[in-house]
Amino acid sequence: MLRDITIGQYYPAKSVLHRLDPRVKFVGTLVYIISLFIFNSWIGYLISALFLAVMVKISTVPLKFIVKGLKAIVVLLLISMFFNAIFTPGHVVFQVWIIKITEEGLILAAKIGIRLILLIIGASLMTLTTTPNQLTDGLERLMKPLNKIHVPVHEIAMLMSIALRFIPILMEETDKIMKAQIARGADFESGNLIRKVKNMVPLLVPLFISAFRRANDLAMAMEARCYHGGDGRTQMKPLIYKKRDAAAYAVLALYLAIAIAMRVIGI
Amino acid sequence: MGIIKAAKVVFDYLKYSEEGQEPEVNRAIDGVDLDIAEGQFIAILGHNGSGKSTLAKHMNALLVPTEGTLWVDSLDTAEDDDVWKIRQKAGMVFQNPDNQIIGTVVEEDVGFGPENIGVPTDEIWQRVEDALTKTGMISYRKHSPNKLSGGQKQRVAIAGVVAMKPKCIILDEPTAMLDPNGRKEVLAAVRELNEKEGVTVILITHYMEEVILADKVYVMDSGRIVMQGTPREIFSQVDTLKKYRLDVPQVTLLADELKKAGVDIPSGILTIEELVNALCQSN
Repeated sequence: MLRDITIGQYYPAKSVLHRLDPRVKFVGTLVYIISLFIFNSWIGYLISALFLAVMVKISTVPLKFIVKGLKAIVVLLLISMFFNAIFTPGHVVFQVWIIKITEEGLILAAKIGIRLILLIIGASLMTLTTTPNQLTDGLERLMKPLNKIHVPVHEIAMLMSIALRFIPILMEETDKIMKAQIARGADFESGNLIRKVKNMVPLLVPLFISAFRRANDLAMAMEARCYHGGDGRTQMKPLIYKKRDAAAYAVLALYLAIAIAMRVIGI
Repeated sequence: MGIIKAAKVVFDYLKYSEEGQEPEVNRAIDGVDLDIAEGQFIAILGHNGSGKSTLAKHMNALLVPTEGTLWVDSLDTAEDDDVWKIRQKAGMVFQNPDNQIIGTVVEEDVGFGPENIGVPTDEIWQRVEDALTKTGMISYRKHSPNKLSGGQKQRVAIAGVVAMKPKCIILDEPTAMLDPNGRKEVLAAVRELNEKEGVTVILITHYMEEVILADKVYVMDSGRIVMQGTPREIFSQVDTLKKYRLDVPQVTLLADELKKAGVDIPSGILTIEELVNALCQSN
């Protein structure tokens, strides 16, 4: 179950999307998320879904891989859709006890659902096509101006890249601990919500202990390899914009322009 | 002076209890003298808690002696200014392969060290390629470390150190978490570095089989060096080794028992072939 989360995992391939500058992909993801909130019509959603579909096609990441990532957010998705459906006032479609489901609510829930799904796919497409190191390099470069106001940009970037690298390792570890505890009679499935949360304790305690131990080891390994912050550090893969990056920016600008234009004229 | 020299090194771990009482002193290293010549293959043996890992961390300036001095290539590890120079000269490989790989792609991880010491971009690529070739991992350069086997991860870690062009590599139980195949892979890579590149290797381990090809073996117990010599010299003293809770290789043990039972064979036999030859000749 935990392995299904694809956010933060890299899918190695040689597509154009993989070779794009991470700054472009990061800005692109931001633009895409913003566009999802600018679009406010079914046609708009269709356009953004098509745009994403084309991107997925270009990325050569198998669709199976991306859809798997969605499983993890199904619960969140259903909850937010449910609340939107019942709390939106309007024309009542049907009523059970005091819960009224309205037409407006259903439409809103559908829109929220579409937005969330597209948002997650869009964001995971970025991490699937960009190695965390590239991603943080990109972020570091994008945020460099903040260095002037004493924001530790390099440190933040390093922190994120390490966090991303350890996600799959900690997932695996969680799975392992879970199995070990189940073998000892722990029960993670039954009972009500409070019980379930309480049952998580024997899972979380060992996980935290091992995470701290790993952090300790890793810090030592980094120091042993001469890591001492961003000063005087060179880069193996420095970021240099190429022609394809300019083209990608142009596509993004066009896409955003369409989104804004559609909103303005009210389609 | 050799590449690594220690003079009367002492290291105390301080254990603090809660209420600001006097810390409890735990002596991990107790007066260690060492002189390791450049280009040698050195093994340091000892059971758990003998202080061998603590000693290893001193050679990389991760720990600084409480008393005494340790020099790496004539640089005193207690000097704060030299710390990065020392860590570049004496690379370190740790036990857990997962917890020392920083990059998410093999080649990026190998490039991490050179990036830190400020090597220009073109040269980093060259060094990464070189280091991966030397450890036999070049065909995995674009892979994710998560999908490699333990032995392969450890070879990536070694490549990460090699890319910093160290004079000396310290391996702190690099094979403890590996299966027999992984262990062989890692040792072969280390031995090749020592023989072909002339890198000084200090292998810290408790597997006796791994030290047979070392130039010199040190045995540690409760923070002291209690035995030193060539593997043959060390392994001829089966009973002393047992006292320090170390197992000798099975062949050596068998040869020792045979000798005790009155068979005329030399002491300190290390390999099966040697034993076979000795037995054939003794008739």
